[in-house]
Amino acid sequence: MKSNTQLLAQVIEFIGYEADLLDHKGYQEWLSLWTDSGLYIVPADLKETDYLNTLNLAMDDADMRRMRVARLENGESVSAISVGETVRMMSRVRVLEAGDDLVIARCAMTLNELRHGKLVTYPANVEYSLKPTADGFKLEQKVVKLLHADGFLRTVSFIF
Amino acid sequence: MSELIEMQNISLKAAEMVEEGRVHKDLYSDPAIFEEELDKVFNNTWVFVGHASEVPEAGSFKTAYIGRQPVILSRDRKMNLHVLQNRCRHRGATVCEARKGKTKAFTCPYHGWGYGLDGSLRALPKPEEYDGVFDKNELPLESLRVETYQGMVFATFRDDIEPLEDFLGGAKKWIDLFMKQGGGYPVQVLGEHRFNFPGNWKIQLENTTDAYHFPIVHKSFVTSLDEATADIFDFLDGEGFVEDLGNGHSVMVMIPQLVDLEEDLDQPIPARFEQLAQALREEGKSEDEVKKLVRAAHGTGFNLNLFPNVSCSMAFFRVLRPVSVGETEIQHVALGGEGAPVAFNRKRMRLHEHFQGPMGFGTPDDGEAWERVQKGSMAGTDGWILVNRGMNNLHQSKDGNVAGAVCSETGMRGAYRQYKKMMAAGEEK
Repeated sequence: MKSNTQLLAQVIEFIGYEADLLDHKGYQEWLSLWTDSGLYIVPADLKETDYLNTLNLAMDDADMRRMRVARLENGESVSAISVGETVRMMSRVRVLEAGDDLVIARCAMTLNELRHGKLVTYPANVEYSLKPTADGFKLEQKVVKLLHADGFLRTVSFIF
Repeated sequence: MSELIEMQNISLKAAEMVEEGRVHKDLYSDPAIFEEELDKVFNNTWVFVGHASEVPEAGSFKTAYIGRQPVILSRDRKMNLHVLQNRCRHRGATVCEARKGKTKAFTCPYHGWGYGLDGSLRALPKPEEYDGVFDKNELPLESLRVETYQGMVFATFRDDIEPLEDFLGGAKKWIDLFMKQGGGYPVQVLGEHRFNFPGNWKIQLENTTDAYHFPIVHKSFVTSLDEATADIFDFLDGEGFVEDLGNGHSVMVMIPQLVDLEEDLDQPIPARFEQLAQALREEGKSEDEVKKLVRAAHGTGFNLNLFPNVSCSMAFFRVLRPVSVGETEIQHVALGGEGAPVAFNRKRMRLHEHFQGPMGFGTPDDGEAWERVQKGSMAGTDGWILVNRGMNNLHQSKDGNVAGAVCSETGMRGAYRQYKKMMAAGEEK
C-alpha cells in the first residue's frame, strides 16, 4: 500500500474527534457517527473474530447503542451518575486497508477513568472500519480489544 | 484469661454475629473472620467449580478456585472428571495457568514434572536421584472429591460430608427446571463475563436472592426494554415468592409463568423474539420447535441460590469467589444449547450481553450498590445489616419449606443460617 498522508490525516482527525465526543459525553453526536448497520464491539475473548457467534462484553447494533446512550443519559443508572471523568489517549494510528468503500485503521488507546476518587486504566487496541461518505467517515465497525479483556474487569458505565 | 479465650474464638464471634433477621456489619470487613470463612465454609462444603460442557472432551480442562485455592477441572481419557489441586508436589508451582484448553498432560514449568489428566505423576527429569527416596505413585497432584448434578460440577476437600445430591436436597428440583432452557438441547456454556468489585463475597451472595432491589437499581435496564418485557420484570406485586430450600439454598421465583419452560408452549411469540422465531423457521424448525426454543430463550423466571458460591440465575450461572475480605471476583457464565440452532445461541448471547457482565445494563448498577454497602458498613463502631424483610408474612410452601413474598429476605436468612452453622462448627464445647 502506498503511503497516503492525506488519508492518514483524515483518519487521525476522525479518531480524535470521536474520542473527544466520548470523553465529553457528546453521546447524541456520537450516535450520528454510525452507519445503520454499524457494530460497536468490545470482545471478551481476544482470540475470537466471529463476534456474532461469540459472547462479547458489548455487541451493540444501532438499537443497543441508542439504549446504551439512553441509559447513560437518563439519570436512572446509579453507576452512570457516579462515574467520574474519562480521559483517553489515542495514538499509533495506522491505516491497514484503504479501500474506496471502506478504510480499516488500528490504533492504541489508553483510557483513564476516575472512579470514586481512584484512577482505573484501560489500555486497548482499537480497530475502526470507516465508511467514506460525502459528510466524512461513518463508523461501520469499532472493535475495542482491551488488554485485560480476559481478566476480571471493573464495571463500566461509559463508552470505550 | 477470659479475654484471651474470647480472642481465640473468632469463629464463634462470627457465628454470634448472625441473628435471625440481622447480621453484624463486621462480617463484611473483619479480615480475621474472612480467614475463618475460607477454612470453615469454603474448605468444608461442596463448591461449584464448573459445568461439564466446559470440559467436553478427553483432555479438556479449565482452571478454577475453591476459596483461595487454585484447582484444575480435567477430563481424563476415560471421560472421568477430576478436580486437582494446582500445585506441583515438588516445589509447589502451579502446573497450569491457562483458563481452559485441551492437553495431554500438566507439566510443571519449574523442573518439568509431568502429571496426567487424572493427576498421576507420570515422569520427571533425572529420576535416578529419587531412587529409594519415593515412588512416583506417592506423589500425584492432590485430588478433591468430585460429584455432579445435571452437569454442574462440585468439589470438596471433605471425604466425610454428605453426598452432593443430599447437600443439594430441595434445590435439585429447581436445577432440573433450570436446565430446561436448552430448548430441548443439553445446556452448554457459551462463554463468560468476569468482573470484580471492592466488597465482601456475602454482599453478592445476598444479591441473587434480593428481588427488592430490582426495580430501583435496575430502573435504567427496565426502561431500555419494550413495554411487554418491562411488564414481565415488574414482579414485586406479583405471585412470586422466595422459598428456603435448606442447607443455605433458596429459590426466588420472580416470574411464576416462566418456572417450567416446557409448559404453556402455545403462547404467542412475544415481539422481541419475533426475529428469532423467523430465523428458526428459516432454519427449517417446525412451529412447535420454534415455540419451545423461543420460550427457552427467555431463561427461567427464578434465581436459585446455592450456598456458598453459585447461583442459577434466570439464564446464567453466577459464580462468586472470595479474594479478600474486601474483594470479590464474579463470573457471569452464559448458557445456550449444545447443538441448538445458531440463531438460538446467538440470541442467548445477545440477551446475556444486554444485562450481564461488566458492560451490561444491569451489572454496573449492582456493582455500584455493593461497593456502597462495603463502604457504608465501615461507618460506626457497631451496627447491623437487616435481613428481616418479610419475616411477618411467611407461609409453608407446597414442598413444606418456609416461604415468603418475592421481595422478602427469606433466602438471605436461609444462607446466613447455614453460614452460622458452619462458622460455629467445632466451637460448641
